[in-house]
Amino acid sequence: MSEVKFDFFISGEKNKWEVIIGLEVHAQILSKSKLFSSSPTKFGAEPNTQVSLVDSAFPGMLPVINQFCIEQSVKTGLGLKAKINLNSVFDRKNYFYADLPQGYQISQYKNPIVGEGEVILDMPYGTKRVGIERLHLEQDAGKSIHDMDPENSFVDLNRSGVALMEIVSKPDLRSPEEVNSYIKKLRSIMRYLGTCDGNMQEGSLRADVNVSVRKVGDKKLGTRCEIKNVNSIKFMQMAIEYEAKRQVNLLESGKIIDQETRLFDTKKNSTRSMRSKEDAHDYRYFPDPDLLPLQLDKDLVEKIKKELPELPDQKKERFIKDHNLSSYEANILVSEKEISEYYEEVIKECDKKLATNWITVELFAVLNKKNLTILQSPISAKNLSSLIKMITSGKISGKIAKDVFEKMQLGDKDPKEIVEKEGLLQQSDPKELEKIILAVISKNQDKVEQYKSGKVKLFGYFVGEVMKVSKGKANPQLVNEILKKKLL
Amino acid sequence: MSIDKDTVKHISKLARISLEDKNVESLAKDLTSILKFIEKLNNLNTDKTTPLTSIINASLKPRKDEVKDGKIRDQILKNSPEKNDEFFVVPKVIE
Amino acid sequence: MSNFSEFTLTKIVAGIKKKEFTSVEVTNSFIQKSKNSKKLNTYITECFEQAIKSAKNFDEKKDFNGLLSGVPLAVKDLFCTKNVKTTAGSKILHNFIPTYESTVTKNLWSQGAFLLGKLNCDEFAMGSSNETSFFGNVKNPYGEKLVPGGSSGGSASALAAGLTPATIGTDTGGSIRQPASFTGTVGLKPTYGRCSRWGIVAFASSLDQAGPMTNTVEDCALLLQAMSGYDSKDSTSIDKKVGNYSSDLTEKVKGLKIGIPKEYRVENMPKEIDDLWKKGINFLKDAGALVKDISLPHTTYALPAYYIVAPAEASSNLARYDGVKYGHRAKGKNLIEMYENTRSEGFGDEVKRRILIGTYVLSSGYYDAYYLKAQKVRQLIKSDFDKAFGNVDAILTPSTPSSAFKIGEKSDDPVSMYLNDIFTVPVNLSGLPAISVPTGYDKNNLPLGLQLIGKAFDEQTILNLSYAIQKRANFINNFKIWWN
Repeated sequence: MSEVKFDFFISGEKNKWEVIIGLEVHAQILSKSKLFSSSPTKFGAEPNTQVSLVDSAFPGMLPVINQFCIEQSVKTGLGLKAKINLNSVFDRKNYFYADLPQGYQISQYKNPIVGEGEVILDMPYGTKRVGIERLHLEQDAGKSIHDMDPENSFVDLNRSGVALMEIVSKPDLRSPEEVNSYIKKLRSIMRYLGTCDGNMQEGSLRADVNVSVRKVGDKKLGTRCEIKNVNSIKFMQMAIEYEAKRQVNLLESGKIIDQETRLFDTKKNSTRSMRSKEDAHDYRYFPDPDLLPLQLDKDLVEKIKKELPELPDQKKERFIKDHNLSSYEANILVSEKEISEYYEEVIKECDKKLATNWITVELFAVLNKKNLTILQSPISAKNLSSLIKMITSGKISGKIAKDVFEKMQLGDKDPKEIVEKEGLLQQSDPKELEKIILAVISKNQDKVEQYKSGKVKLFGYFVGEVMKVSKGKANPQLVNEILKKKLL
Repeated sequence: MSIDKDTVKHISKLARISLEDKNVESLAKDLTSILKFIEKLNNLNTDKTTPLTSIINASLKPRKDEVKDGKIRDQILKNSPEKNDEFFVVPKVIE
Repeated sequence: MSNFSEFTLTKIVAGIKKKEFTSVEVTNSFIQKSKNSKKLNTYITECFEQAIKSAKNFDEKKDFNGLLSGVPLAVKDLFCTKNVKTTAGSKILHNFIPTYESTVTKNLWSQGAFLLGKLNCDEFAMGSSNETSFFGNVKNPYGEKLVPGGSSGGSASALAAGLTPATIGTDTGGSIRQPASFTGTVGLKPTYGRCSRWGIVAFASSLDQAGPMTNTVEDCALLLQAMSGYDSKDSTSIDKKVGNYSSDLTEKVKGLKIGIPKEYRVENMPKEIDDLWKKGINFLKDAGALVKDISLPHTTYALPAYYIVAPAEASSNLARYDGVKYGHRAKGKNLIEMYENTRSEGFGDEVKRRILIGTYVLSSGYYDAYYLKAQKVRQLIKSDFDKAFGNVDAILTPSTPSSAFKIGEKSDDPVSMYLNDIFTVPVNLSGLPAISVPTGYDKNNLPLGLQLIGKAFDEQTILNLSYAIQKRANFINNFKIWWN
């Protein structure tokens, strides 16, 4: 594996450039109610129906924090192997926008609830550690709708006040591939923890991407641009490639990069400046006087730590150690919590190695083809397990198993029923097999002669003939044994 | 320090308050005199003082994660100067 | 019909409970008086019809359990009142009708009181003279040309003139105590966290606190008891049992130690203020209290620190007034222009000044020099008080550096206006309770008050000390009615 080398560089006309990427991921906490109010958070409700007087910033309204959201962010912090800050502070980030009813967002600035941690990526060229700078709690804004009226925008505050965790990475990522891997890993960790559903389509996972470039070998970071709210990994990767090339072109033609916020235009596949300079933002952060500092109880943190589920990295290690899987196989199986659970269900009663193959090759092919998730798999873990058991116990051959598997997808049928109904049980009766073999030999006397005079390759031909006659049901091992004797 | 006209214009932009040119000068004067007054604090050495984060010596009291609000769109939109049945309406936002 | 305006709140409640008179009689009397007093410009919104209905309803139900049974109360127009216009004295909220009731007013109504009207105040409580109100300045019963103080100027004036049996205000830097001192009434700012801020239009969240404004100390104790209490909707509210301020009120203050801070003897302080202070010291000595000199060394820095912290918080608190959800909205080609025009038209000059100063001190590059510095100074001021309260039970100071000044006298010079709060502001910065009690007059026969500052959540002690002063000062409002 180690011969694969990292090779994502931008080749300009003059130099070779390295791309430096940091991510600010916004993950919606799976809570019933909002961060500072008791209104619901469900996706897709009628506009402005999930809004309280607090979320819409009526005069005299005050925030009260949601305990569950505090716990979920601690849990996520622990999942990122990060430092939990027992003392943290909520600040106001001041700016005006139609979907920001308070005129400020409650966030955490200098003292976030979670400090430094890390995420481990398995790249083809080896293990990559991506540093986490911090995780903080903040409120989401509402939504402005621009395409319903030619002169006006409409404001829906349903999302206003929904709890987000902002997870800020260090500028440790170096390619769109690493970004892909990082987001998937982060998403997977949060789904294992149950703190965020990671649904990018519904906006419960979004990211701002910071991109800069530097000449290969340089130590100093270049000026970065922030690309806002790119809502799929694919677009993120496209945006990074575009933006890195733009910066390289600017630098190579002697220009400088303005530190600015840019928007990715999915139609044009390019980024453009989002806020004019004149309107440069100055967030005027200060501690929110409506809230007191948050002091976490050490015991609570310990309790959450003890109750943490097994996370992908640990699970992977266990799979390798206990199930004798390769690192590659283990990675695939732990990549999503549901896949690992499926796998563990399958191997309860059957061969682990075989199960791994069947899941990662046959089952994934079906899921990909039908565009299904593991939870929607047409074949249940129980039925896949009994199929594998029939192989290992010699009841059916691997080849027959594939046919059975095809039939199982049509409606999660029990493989035993299929085998019985269609008479696919493997022929393992030596006497029966001997009959078939003798028939094949007598039919092919010329080939027997050739075989005996040294053309040993013909052995495969005889096996094939026997299988043909038995309609694939003959036990290949027994066929081998008997054939060898008879051909002596 | 004093606050000049450009600074007045800059902070009024940040604060989203439009000013007529004729008011900028008198505001610069007023704000400068206020600033001079508050800069009296510079006479005090506070290098060793930790800033006050809250006047109350207690931790934040959380609430339970329960849905007890929402579904009051009529109330939410009632006072809005411009709205339709479902939304607040604002002049077109250009990003 | 009795002239209920001359009755104390305590007497009115007792009379209603004893059925000496009805709530309707009381309410009619205050409505009549209010109608005859338009020249004072104390009301922004009158709720007289509804008040009569509430009084009738009370008289029919005869539930005498509340501390404020059957009492009509007009309140500062900073408290959100359900279905009643709430303006905060600002054009930007001139048409705002809340669908909710502030916790503090709700507490009053649950004790049997009901709303008589909404009283004028400085715009968003920013002012010391009630001259910044969009609804015009309020006049002091002591003279047509005099300010009533601010920001709770409408409340103070209405109370002194007998238009409401008692009232409530809010105090961010002295907005209850200074107008109380200017109108010869009692005003108390409770400990920060004693009264809920939920439903009160915010000025500076870390300083704002609602409190009672009354004719007597007994009334003050009663009203404080009715309005206080923990509120889970306000994260800065403190879950501490409310005292029986009213029944525990006593003038027995023998042995209590009273600190006299030398830093409050400011330059150019009028002699009559100093004399008043001495008078107060003598009253307390007479009552058996022990008086000792103390030092609050950072007092002089309180006002500059306040004028950083309060505008900074205000600049953020007032960002929500953007013409989208409620209130005034101006035209604009695009969203940003709409915001800028709305806020320019909707806010008055003083509010704009404070928003701009607040924006400036928080802006990039200045935060440490101003806001952080002010929070450090705040820490020092608080520890001054902490140290002092190691040795004394309460602190006695003048409430204001002067008596009521003339309308227009200070409105051209913001800083000279700010200096009015020099004695009241340190208390807000430290979250402590303080009361202003009328004690005497200046040479122009204008009332002057003394301030008693207490330990956190020890409102009872300063109420008791004020009670002792009240008994000895025999202060009576002696203005002549000029506004009928």
